[in-house]
Amino acid sequence: MSATEKLIDGTGAWFDDRLRGAKIMRTWFRKVFPDHWSFLLGEIALYSFVILLLTGTFLTLFFQPSMTDIVYHGSYTPLDGVHMSEAYASTLNISFDVRGGLLMRQIHHWAAIVFVAAIMVHLLRVFFTGAFRKPRELNWVIGVTMWVLAFTEGLFGYSLPDDLLSGTGLRILEGVLLGIPIVGTYLSFFLFGGQFPGHLIIPRLYIIHVLLIPGLLLALITAHLLLMWHQKHTQMPGKGRTDTNVVGQPFYPYFMAKTGAWFLFVFAICALLSTFAQINPIWIYGPYNPSGISAGSQPDFYMGFLEGALRMWPSWRWNMLGHTWAFNVFVPALVPLGILITGLAVWPFVEQWITGDRREHHVNDRPRNAPTRTAIGMAGVTFYGILWLEGANDVIANWLNISLYVTTEIARYAIFIGPVVAYFVTKRICLGLQRKDVHILEHGVETGIIRQLPSGEYIEVTRPASGNLRAVLEARNELPRVPAIKRADGDEGPPPPSARSGIGRLRVALNRVLTESIPLPTGNGHGHGDGHGNGHAAEPAAIASGDPGHQAPGGGPTDGGDDRQGAGG
Amino acid sequence: MSETGPGHLPGDGAGQEHEQEEEPRVPHRVIGTPPPAMAHTLLGDPRAAAEPPPPRELPAEPSNPAKAWTAERLAAALFVLSALASIAFIAAYVGLEVHSVDATLRSNLALGLSMSVAFLAIAAGIVIWVRNVMPDVELVEERHPLASTEPEREEFKETFTEGAEASGIAKRPLLRRTLIAASVPLAVAPLVVLRDMGPLPGTSLRHTVWRKGMRMVVYGPNTPLRAADFSTPGQMITVAPEGFPENQDVLAKAVTIIIKFAPGQLIPDRPGSPGTVMNWTVDDIVAYSKICTHVGCPVALYEQTTHHILCPCHQSTFDAAQGAQVLFGPAPRPLPQLPIGTDAEGFLIATSDYRVPVGPSFWELGASGFRGGNE
Repeated sequence: MSATEKLIDGTGAWFDDRLRGAKIMRTWFRKVFPDHWSFLLGEIALYSFVILLLTGTFLTLFFQPSMTDIVYHGSYTPLDGVHMSEAYASTLNISFDVRGGLLMRQIHHWAAIVFVAAIMVHLLRVFFTGAFRKPRELNWVIGVTMWVLAFTEGLFGYSLPDDLLSGTGLRILEGVLLGIPIVGTYLSFFLFGGQFPGHLIIPRLYIIHVLLIPGLLLALITAHLLLMWHQKHTQMPGKGRTDTNVVGQPFYPYFMAKTGAWFLFVFAICALLSTFAQINPIWIYGPYNPSGISAGSQPDFYMGFLEGALRMWPSWRWNMLGHTWAFNVFVPALVPLGILITGLAVWPFVEQWITGDRREHHVNDRPRNAPTRTAIGMAGVTFYGILWLEGANDVIANWLNISLYVTTEIARYAIFIGPVVAYFVTKRICLGLQRKDVHILEHGVETGIIRQLPSGEYIEVTRPASGNLRAVLEARNELPRVPAIKRADGDEGPPPPSARSGIGRLRVALNRVLTESIPLPTGNGHGHGDGHGNGHAAEPAAIASGDPGHQAPGGGPTDGGDDRQGAGG
Repeated sequence: MSETGPGHLPGDGAGQEHEQEEEPRVPHRVIGTPPPAMAHTLLGDPRAAAEPPPPRELPAEPSNPAKAWTAERLAAALFVLSALASIAFIAAYVGLEVHSVDATLRSNLALGLSMSVAFLAIAAGIVIWVRNVMPDVELVEERHPLASTEPEREEFKETFTEGAEASGIAKRPLLRRTLIAASVPLAVAPLVVLRDMGPLPGTSLRHTVWRKGMRMVVYGPNTPLRAADFSTPGQMITVAPEGFPENQDVLAKAVTIIIKFAPGQLIPDRPGSPGTVMNWTVDDIVAYSKICTHVGCPVALYEQTTHHILCPCHQSTFDAAQGAQVLFGPAPRPLPQLPIGTDAEGFLIATSDYRVPVGPSFWELGASGFRGGNE
């Protein structure tokens, strides 16, 4: 009898006698996980969170969240005799008097950056592949919430050491709170326990940072993973992959081993960064004082877009009925953030309303196959990116040797023009890539072999797209067009809108834009083989929605070669 | 494991009564006898005799045995390397002290490097193991619609309705409404207890500690300044009110900058053309709040030739010669000007508090806050 059998018969039976787990564990162990590099992004976020919990716990053993003023006499001699808060002094102690303390601090900070970055890239992956579609809308909303929690957690975390840079960040937070109409002054006084800076903000941020937000994140991560597990992961299109199956490797032992290794990789990368790339050297910034600041003050990258919005916005304000509307502060602080959060959170529902697509989707879209969604996503990325760049406009101006004000002026126009340009460029690129796919389906893959015909003509030999390539190219989520006729097979079609209502017309118009796509060649499976190089008359240039009368192009010229349907399948 | 097909795993691990209903082919097990899995090995699998076992989903042998042999050695070497790195980590912790910048640098390098290698080596070893030793498989799992079946839904609907009816929540509006009525003040109560998180603002944001006759001291050394100390137009100097060293709550609002100009350089305040209030200057020395009127960063950058004051945070730019009027950026109003004079000994003093609130806009600021120096 093998050791594994002994283990199952002994320990396994002991547990099963008490828990009755054999049946469900069997299902879990054989659970299939699809593979794709982009599925690792969410795992990076998960594992960097684990790293944050581990290193963060270590840091709490030594950190003093106190703003009591003391005079420093520690190992970092350049600051000997300097007044500072206990929070700052204990951070110096962690860095210079606790063995491994600096490493832990740096891993914690790097992991935080990796955490937020991974969340954002994972979110983009889910958006661009349409993985948020039914039945995963809830998990999408949970994910968006976690993004907001994550950068808030980061902001509060890097504010704790009470150094000059982070103290300036808190001052800006105070200014932003003060600018909120009606309740702003009260919000600020309640958060800071009085006027800035007071003696309460660090301990308050501390408990929010180490307990409240991590607790929320932990709960949401658990829900996120349970939903993913229950609904089964999406898969990228490929041969044999459908909306009714999952193709991949089993959880045990394959996925288990791979994901364990991935955790260690993420940890190793954070450790390597912390070994060689110094981060947040608070001893160089010095302790916070309300008069000091350094040029080129920048928050961590994930707050940069809000910083950029504050820099970009003009100095507009109103005085009305004795009160001040600080549009110059609360609009840039809240509106871009609101646009991004709201836009992301409602998109799955908006898209479903526009397309009328109520089906479950488990095979992801290739981004090119949803040109309008991809274009909207890129517009959003551009919007965020311009805000983010403006958040470092002083560094950029210095680097490009141009005027600081010019960078801001450019950003003020680019924030409106950039997303529009990105939308149209992305859409053209997607449609172009779709045309390329259609071309390959119609004419086959170029082989690089040139053949001379008896007539003297040279042609390039092509090979029909087959196997996985064909499956990938043909994987399209054909969207129903609104208004649609109830299909004969009784499947639920989208309900026809009340044709004359404004909302109904808007929906039809949006539907036309969102379903814009290059149609696949009719009679899928045509694989025109080698030996036609002439007269590609039916280049599928027309866009389906652009011309209602246009017939989807036929299978292209059929004179060139024999029909090798299914060849290589 | 090689002789155990996957079909053995689910039913055989334990011999509970429930198992028998689901796996009727598993023979009844008497307490005290060996569990069924052992029985298979000892006495032969009764199922195997009856019908051929289902084909195993995971092959027991690697797809490429030669490659697996190499990979096994390589992965093992990496695991050994990881162990050595972990030992090196412990050694570095024990052996390398900190307590100075250089020592910390060495310790950080040794600990970080050994830790990274320890993680990387195991991770790489596992990947090599999975890719080359484990047989390459691709399984297909069925996916079923997530929605429950109609009967299941109906059943739940009945359960839910039954429960609701039994509870009387629908039929007894008195209970329902009073419960809702009770929950409203209960929800408000937790908000009320947050009241003491801070004092009410009152008019505190409108004032600083500056008073008539209060001396200005250089921020940091806390030495007083004479107007006569400025012989030539020069740099911006940060000053604080005398007597509040290290008092951040005071300094956060009261910190002030003074700039000496050449005669005639300051642009005076005139009706319709805001500028510097000349009555509040001494010998062409002008004092402004250092707290940016945007979101409160210290306006710490000064360009002498253009007399521009620049906030490094969001680049609001103020004209120091002309009453700190806003030239560019998101700040909505000038930096408030502090009325200054000299005392009997010639030291610079404030002649009053700031006439308008310093710092960022707030709801209660009002139009008067935007008048700048011109009151």
